Amino acid sequence: MLAYILRRLIMIPFLLLGVASVSFLLSQMTKGDPLAALVPERMMSNPDIVNAVKAQWGLDQPLPVRYVIYLGNLVQGDLGTSFSTRRPVATDIAERLPATLELVVAAMIIGTVMGLALGLLSARFRGTLFDSVARIFALIGSSLPIFWSGLILLYLFSVRISFVPGTGRLPPRVTAPPDVTGFYTVDALIAGNIPLFLQALSHLALPAFVLGWAVTGVITRLVRSSLIEGLSLDYARTARAKGAPERTVLVKHALPNAMIPLLTILGFTFAYLITGAVLTEAIFSWPGIGSYAVRAAASLDYPAIGGVTIVGSVAFLLANLLTDIAYAWANPRIKVH
Amino acid sequence: MTAPLLDLRDLRIEFQNADGVRAEALRGVDLSVNPGEVLGIVGESGSGKSIAMMAFLQLLPKGARVTGSAKFRGEELIGMAPARIRRIRGKAIGCIFQDPLSAFNPVLRIGDQIAEAIRLHDRTVSRRAALKEAVDLFEMVAIPQPERRVHQYPHEFSGGMRQRAMIAMALANRPELVIADEPTTALDVTVQAQILDLLADLRRDLGIGLVMITHDLGVVAGIADRIAVMYGGRIVERGPTDAIFYDTAHPYTAGLIGAVPTIDGGGQLRQIDGTPPSIFGRPPGCSFHPRCPRAAAPCRTDDPDLRPAGGSRCACHFPLVPAGAAG
Amino acid sequence: MTRTPAAAPRASLSRAKAVWRTLRRLPPTARIGALILLFWAITVLTVHLWPIADPLAMVGRRLQPPSPDHWLGTDALGRDVFARTLRGAVWSIPIATVVVACAVALGSVLGALSGFYGGWTDSIVMRLVDVTLAFPPILLAMAVAAMLGPGLANASIAMVIVWWPIYARLMRAQVLEVREREHVEAAVAGGARGLRVLRVHILPLCWTPTLINATMDFGQVILLAASLSFIGLGATPPAPEWGSMISEGATRFYEWWIAFGPGMAILSVVLATSFLGDGLRDLFDRRSG
Repeated sequence: MLAYILRRLIMIPFLLLGVASVSFLLSQMTKGDPLAALVPERMMSNPDIVNAVKAQWGLDQPLPVRYVIYLGNLVQGDLGTSFSTRRPVATDIAERLPATLELVVAAMIIGTVMGLALGLLSARFRGTLFDSVARIFALIGSSLPIFWSGLILLYLFSVRISFVPGTGRLPPRVTAPPDVTGFYTVDALIAGNIPLFLQALSHLALPAFVLGWAVTGVITRLVRSSLIEGLSLDYARTARAKGAPERTVLVKHALPNAMIPLLTILGFTFAYLITGAVLTEAIFSWPGIGSYAVRAAASLDYPAIGGVTIVGSVAFLLANLLTDIAYAWANPRIKVH
Repeated sequence: MTAPLLDLRDLRIEFQNADGVRAEALRGVDLSVNPGEVLGIVGESGSGKSIAMMAFLQLLPKGARVTGSAKFRGEELIGMAPARIRRIRGKAIGCIFQDPLSAFNPVLRIGDQIAEAIRLHDRTVSRRAALKEAVDLFEMVAIPQPERRVHQYPHEFSGGMRQRAMIAMALANRPELVIADEPTTALDVTVQAQILDLLADLRRDLGIGLVMITHDLGVVAGIADRIAVMYGGRIVERGPTDAIFYDTAHPYTAGLIGAVPTIDGGGQLRQIDGTPPSIFGRPPGCSFHPRCPRAAAPCRTDDPDLRPAGGSRCACHFPLVPAGAAG
Repeated sequence: MTRTPAAAPRASLSRAKAVWRTLRRLPPTARIGALILLFWAITVLTVHLWPIADPLAMVGRRLQPPSPDHWLGTDALGRDVFARTLRGAVWSIPIATVVVACAVALGSVLGALSGFYGGWTDSIVMRLVDVTLAFPPILLAMAVAAMLGPGLANASIAMVIVWWPIYARLMRAQVLEVREREHVEAAVAGGARGLRVLRVHILPLCWTPTLINATMDFGQVILLAASLSFIGLGATPPAPEWGSMISEGATRFYEWWIAFGPGMAILSVVLATSFLGDGLRDLFDRRSG
């Protein structure tokens, strides 16, 4: 297993190179002129800017040289300059990443907790009305267009009953807590500012729920089917023969075994989360890299799109690697070898 | 005569398959086990030998309908409330299963699984004390380095050691009856002999009643006081071990004995021709008749009752020893 | 064992019968899924004949809530949301069909060749698969669609690029497995060579997982297509595509009905495909599930 993780680790630089190469090719394909991917249309008439960009990205050089320059810039963290913010894309992304991470982590927690709870309960009461309702709730979550469920829930809970505030991370004109982790909820707690923490939490609640609901479906389904399978296996019969009540068999015996397949799909649900985060942020005006990417796509801000794509892929690869490590750690059959 | 520890009367199990067809997997079984006695139940797979035991412990999957009577220490187990039978399972009746690798939970430490067996029946025992007890149990079943072993996972044990741990778990609450379902089938021959010796020792030292379920008459030959041979969901022959071996009445039992290799390895190794019937396609009359060398007209229409024959009781129209003769 | 050409049609007929017999054992949820998909298929083919409002014309006052005249209300331009939702199927369903078909075709061909030839072919195709799958799907689709320029055709190309690797993996695994079976070895021993072995003896046995997956993916493609339109990279106004309709409703929190119809339409398709896909998988694919 260690060999497997090692092999995955070795794969990562190659995959990153692949990702960078694809991004490079995409930037070269833009409307047939790579310059269009680096200089906004309205600045094309300014020879100073055009020449500076050409020099920086080696646009007057042949393709292989440009490729090397592109990779060199990438390694130095240069993702180009955004057309719309006129700042380095890397700076924009660094500034917005914590907001996305806070949303994704909160959604992951909500999705996993809801998925585990619903999966456990529907396995325990399988065949009953509760089972059907729980499964349909989970299935709808993963079948809804997230930008639509976000919209409808925002209408219901914010516009109609004012249960949660509207969009954004904080109310207008409220100052963010001093930056430590970049998570407003955590930073507010660190600053000891409880009212601010509650404000940040209430702003986070709905988008995180919408996003978490989308992954609940996958998790519920997996947990339920692994638990039901576990209940039919020999070790469950042994537990019953020891005198364990059905609840104990489920929670103490089937559940730990279900955690192993659960860990393997967490990497997969992360792909769901990234997709969902992009759209959720757009609906909730969440100032993360998702809404940044959507705005970039709408205004054809190529450097920004490319930058987000690369950063997103790196995060995705890391998440999959973490999943592999967690899997190896959780499975005792693998741990010793 | 002392009251039996376990007394089965006319135990029947009915299953329903996916298409709604019902079939009887167990067709009226009478058996008893006395305190401290070893009963061997022998039969091929599908004969109903394991599910008979699982049935009164209420360990069968839903959809199985169990009727008849199963009294343990005089108490009726069939239809007993789940909460009450849980206090008997693992406490007064311990179970040993065939494949100790799949029977243990792969992601929990063996010691914790044994400690759980103890704590399920006595909430006052701390986890630490229960683990200490698991170490003692490991010593009893002769697992070397017990303090280290209790912290290991099932896959870190060899097959024989795992089965010893399984036995330790079955004995954790000093049961009066242990049901061992093919306890040696998954093991190598030499390890099989060690486990059988261990079971014989423990039974002698602890005075527990033991039900040994196996497809191999040789496994119970040296340990069982009495043997019941099952075929097609019924008992076809039942009696003291000596009578079964030296005064064999049923042609099926004779076939099984023929299938037992002799000690020097030079003896005959005869197989019974054909395969056992499925519970959904059982022939009319005596269910053994399609494979029986002695089958005649009545065997195809009438299912024989269990009647005295030789030193045992036998369900056959044409037993190998005269009916009722002294053994 | 060789099959005579004359026996082939009869064999395929009895095979079709066997498939039909199996299909009749589909669970109720899968049947509901099939019915919903059938409804949308009929809608796509006949909706231009239905007595509903013109989806592009201003037929009432702006932003009216649902009423007997306009079942799902009217949008910001006074168009009938109900009519637009039904007409939207003519955009969304064919796009998803084309995208899934292209992804299946491209992925299956590459996967089959990769599994059949092994070696360099396999390495190149599989590394391409790995790299493509290293991108989060929506980001790759956004990047490709943005680079190619907005529009439905480009968005469709982007989605095919996102989806083909899944089918390449599926088909490769199938080919690798079927290749080892006896009848293939017998055919090779009997003189069959090269692509003919793949086409005649291997591929016909490889389609089940692909078709089941395609059923499930159909709904996911609908979702992604709508997402791209929502972002502004897919269909362009005034086309009544479901994603762009929701996008039009996104800024109007008080007029929830503008987005309600297309959202429910998407939900119905996605649920239907996962119901049907689940049912098919349970019936035909004994290894998974």
